[in-house]
Amino acid sequence: MAAVKFTLNGKARSVDVPPAMPLLWVLRDTLGMTGTKFGCGMSLCGACTVHINGQPVRSCVTPISTVASKSVTTIEGLSPDRGNPIQQAWIAEDVPQCGYCQSGQIMTAAALLAKTANPTDADIDEAMRNNICRCGTYQSIRRAIHLAAELRAKGGAR
Amino acid sequence: MSLPNVSRRGFLRSSGIAASGLFLGFHLTETAAAAAATKLNAFVHVGADDVVTLFIHKAEMGQGTVTSLSALLAEGLDCDWKKVRTEFPGVDREFGPMQGVFGSQSVRTSYDSLRRAGAAAREMLVKAAADRWGVAPAACRTENSAVVNTASNARLTYGSLAEAAGKLTPPANPTLKDPAKFQLVGKPLKRLDTPSKVDGTAQFGMDVSLPGMQYAVVARCPVFGGKVKSFDAAKAKAVQGVKNVVQISNGVAVIADNTWNAMQGRRVLEVQWDEGPVAGMSTAVLTKIFLDRMQQPGAVARKEGDAPGALAAAARKIEADYEVPFLAHAPMEPLNCTADVKPDSCHVWASTQGQSAARQIAVQVTGLKPEAVEIHTLYMGGGFGRRAAADYVGEAVEVSKAAGVPIKLTWSREDDLQQDLYRPASHVRFAGALDAEGWPHALTGRIACPPFGGLNNGVSRVGVEGVADVPYAMPHLLVDYHAIDAGIPVSYWRSVGYSQNTFFAESFLDELAAAGGKDPVEVRRRLLGKSPRMLAVLELVAEKSGWGKAAPAGRARGVSLVNNIGSYTAQVAEVSLPKGKLKIHRVVCAVDCGRVVNPAIIEQQIQSGIAFGLAAALKGGITIDRGRVQQSNFHQYDVLRIDEMPVVEVHIVNSQNPSGGIGEASTPGIAPAVCNAIFQATGKRIRRLPIRPEDLA
Repeated sequence: MAAVKFTLNGKARSVDVPPAMPLLWVLRDTLGMTGTKFGCGMSLCGACTVHINGQPVRSCVTPISTVASKSVTTIEGLSPDRGNPIQQAWIAEDVPQCGYCQSGQIMTAAALLAKTANPTDADIDEAMRNNICRCGTYQSIRRAIHLAAELRAKGGAR
Repeated sequence: MSLPNVSRRGFLRSSGIAASGLFLGFHLTETAAAAAATKLNAFVHVGADDVVTLFIHKAEMGQGTVTSLSALLAEGLDCDWKKVRTEFPGVDREFGPMQGVFGSQSVRTSYDSLRRAGAAAREMLVKAAADRWGVAPAACRTENSAVVNTASNARLTYGSLAEAAGKLTPPANPTLKDPAKFQLVGKPLKRLDTPSKVDGTAQFGMDVSLPGMQYAVVARCPVFGGKVKSFDAAKAKAVQGVKNVVQISNGVAVIADNTWNAMQGRRVLEVQWDEGPVAGMSTAVLTKIFLDRMQQPGAVARKEGDAPGALAAAARKIEADYEVPFLAHAPMEPLNCTADVKPDSCHVWASTQGQSAARQIAVQVTGLKPEAVEIHTLYMGGGFGRRAAADYVGEAVEVSKAAGVPIKLTWSREDDLQQDLYRPASHVRFAGALDAEGWPHALTGRIACPPFGGLNNGVSRVGVEGVADVPYAMPHLLVDYHAIDAGIPVSYWRSVGYSQNTFFAESFLDELAAAGGKDPVEVRRRLLGKSPRMLAVLELVAEKSGWGKAAPAGRARGVSLVNNIGSYTAQVAEVSLPKGKLKIHRVVCAVDCGRVVNPAIIEQQIQSGIAFGLAAALKGGITIDRGRVQQSNFHQYDVLRIDEMPVVEVHIVNSQNPSGGIGEASTPGIAPAVCNAIFQATGKRIRRLPIRPEDLA
């Protein structure tokens, strides 16, 4: 078992864990980064979504060995001050209810906006339909993504 | 109102709050019995830093309780509501017998208590300021966490007065603020918990970490009620990171240095099960039992007039059977609990709806005195009724006790779906009579479902609610009930019996309307003469949905009504079926939930309840084979997704009636509103859920 080195929210990290161990559990149990959530363990719900080299990825099915030398961003690393337009829009629209799925929703939405600056409702459906919310905050999520797109356009991409 | 004794300040220490300042205990009325108790059960603290802390035996699972209760307190206290913090104190006998959040009770039981508590604390702060200035309290006013001397305009902050106010005797009957002067209550305030839920800092049960903590998962018998016959831990113990394997009452726990390694250990753990009698149960067997029992009368739940006689003599008689499956709760946060059992103490950290139940099971497992057990309540990643039970708390306590270390016990999604306490499967047989003009005047409903919540004269009240208490004035009504225990554990699921029975009753009423050639709203209007609040939401939803006017091309509408949790809700769903594929475009919902605390949270909860009910109507279904649940994860137990969420429009009735609940108000009505719209669109009557493609073809 060799240590796996990767970049987490801009900082170099090294972990000594089984190579098959999913990134989710490395984040949560090994590194104590609990903002990324466990929901299904099978890439079915999206609660564990993080960015690897800027792409949205389900960390619950991502073996840590495949993360070596890559750059991981979690909800904790999205901004230092909830200043990311997505987070600002989520606050403005008061999106969360129980809040458990929202780290994953926000990370998926951030990846959508990075790719599609002004998404249509159909773009939002396509990007977000694999992120489950049992509280049914979908209507607010849709509004918040449109608002975040406006905020980004005004303030420039961050 | 009174001052609590000093020993009860213990939870202040665990909250990191100074024991100085104004500390006021009060009664939060839960039930008539609890109100009669003499113990204080909620507390307000005003600190020297102006921070106001509300200690209350509630919890937040997304329903907005923290925000609503803080606004109610701040309104009476005239404090800066952003400086209100809510703490869920460790469960304590002083807090009453049933601590928890269920039945959409929080605002209902707190509205008056919190206004009074805020007003009492405010009067004490005013008295302290008046004493300092040497003026009469009447010469002072309050605003924004400060007392103002009306004559001199001098100001003293609450924080600077808290210590002195804390030494005063609380007023027995504080003057309540005139609702016409409310600045917070009734306004769409932003939720207090939002910021921590967009940056990953909100602490859910799953996020607890203790020094020296180890991680456990439990192998449980796949058949309900089964027991461990024997097990061989050798292979599990050979897995890297696995520390221990221990048997507990509910199965075998694998303990490791992280959750993943514990799960890997469980995969290779060898357990022989004694599957027990439920191994022969299946959905097909249960359906047959239901149908057999339908032939016989059940225990009478409601009887008005002579329904069988009226049916025999009716101009027209309509009959239909309806059925729904077991449902899982599937909150996004899988069940989990962290426990630290020591010889003389037990600490439990849990996202729980039922702190009392959690402590009770911890006491039972450890044999410790109740006061040696402390429950720490965290945010819940959804509850929906599942977290009112404390089975998962008992498991964590057992494992920590057996292993002698702090344990975080986590359920996988598979555990969650296959070891739930389910919304019961249910079957109903209806007969309805129409008079010569085609108006319904008699109804019989025979319900069979697994019982829960206790039987009274053979009737499970929650098993028949929604049919036995239909809001309609029906001259002849007979509802009877068969309790059928299939060995499948059942319990409360958001909106409980109404979740299935409102689908049954509101769909069948629509059948009667159609058979009589009547408009569905007109039939309901005619039968609601004695229920003005129900009638008012019906009229409101009809107006706002455009009922009676042409729907947009290709769309059809359906209506439903329900009176549950002290609130009145009407919905109109607008659907289309292009190429036979159901699309729900829009839901208009009118709700009368009495006095409104936060209309934004009401709107959220109506949307939420509709999404939850729609998942059940369109997708949900737990089936049983050989005593086992056949669904294991979200690929087999799908839920509603963003592209399936209709636009929900919420219209709130302006009411001065006592507050009703809101968290469960809209769940029952969405399935019948959608199915009644499908009938309008296609002529197909949906009599079982979830809606299947073949039922639309």
